[in-house]
Amino acid sequence: MRVVIMGCGRLGSTLARELDQEGHNVTVIDIDSAAFNWLDDDFRGSTIVGAGEDIEVQEVAGVPGADIFLALANGDNRNAMAVQVAKHVHRAARVVARIYDPERAEVYRQLGINVVNPTTILDQMVREAAFAKEDPNGAAT
Amino acid sequence: MYIIIVGGGKVGRGAARDLIEMGHEVCVVERDANTAWSINNELGEVALLGDGAEIHVQRAAGMNRADVVVACTGRDQANLAVAQTAQTRFNVGKVISRINDPRNERIFQTLGFNYTISATTAIVNAIEQEVSAGLTRLTQLRSTAFVLAEHVIPRLAPCVGCTVRDLDLPPHTVLALIIREDDEPEIPGPNTTIHAADVIVAVTQPQHESALRTALTGEP
Repeated sequence: MRVVIMGCGRLGSTLARELDQEGHNVTVIDIDSAAFNWLDDDFRGSTIVGAGEDIEVQEVAGVPGADIFLALANGDNRNAMAVQVAKHVHRAARVVARIYDPERAEVYRQLGINVVNPTTILDQMVREAAFAKEDPNGAAT
Repeated sequence: MYIIIVGGGKVGRGAARDLIEMGHEVCVVERDANTAWSINNELGEVALLGDGAEIHVQRAAGMNRADVVVACTGRDQANLAVAQTAQTRFNVGKVISRINDPRNERIFQTLGFNYTISATTAIVNAIEQEVSAGLTRLTQLRSTAFVLAEHVIPRLAPCVGCTVRDLDLPPHTVLALIIREDDEPEIPGPNTTIHAADVIVAVTQPQHESALRTALTGEP
């Protein structure tokens, strides 16, 4: 599948490497060219320096005709705008945005966007880890 | 009315100043402490310090009772976020967005935000108006297929002395206003006479602009 990823940080680069190795056609966008150092030398996908919410940058990155667009930059506003440009202007088949703020995540869900909210996910996991019953060997279960 | 302005830069502060003057209740949400302090110094306690794209800040600003929200930061992604949360989360009746990069107008309109202001586009249009002679596109009217056009009637134009009824106007075109030196602007009727040096403001469609030019100036 043709996948375009905006944001080449820890998460974006990890997904880019994995999807590349699984045989997908991957393009990564980041405003900072140094971010591409997160990728391995054997990464076969393309990299594009630019603002991922920009209509023209998305065009160059091949968002029109892409199967999946993932907005994984650090700002909620940019990710939200980027997926909406990808979805409504370029007609990307499927878009996903990382939105840190749980309340804003809810707003964008209402607007029909696939949102992943790390705050609520981590909240759950931290709770489970913190309140897990200790087994006799001392490891959390 | 209660008006919340997100972004207290030159545009936001200027808008706040005028709206307060007009008697409206205004809150300016600004994330830079120095700027917020300076706004309070000038306009009274109207600034709220915080990121106006954050819902908890919007709540603190009383967005649930706002009649109008103006998103006018220098970043379009923030303005879009403000506009969308104001509408979706707080049901604000009227949301006005500033657009910094004119290329982003398309996404705002696609998402249904028709009250947008693009300073860049306005300045470019104003420059074009000053530079080009004859008929000039002034502004697109919202997202309609109509534009406002302005024309100065040349001294020797064939239509000088004619009435509006006699003009060979293209379809979907109305003369909206005639502005004359030393006289009140006039909304022309069919019997209004065209004089040399009249400034005519017309509503038309882009494809009829050249026909309108011909009708008013005689130029092909």
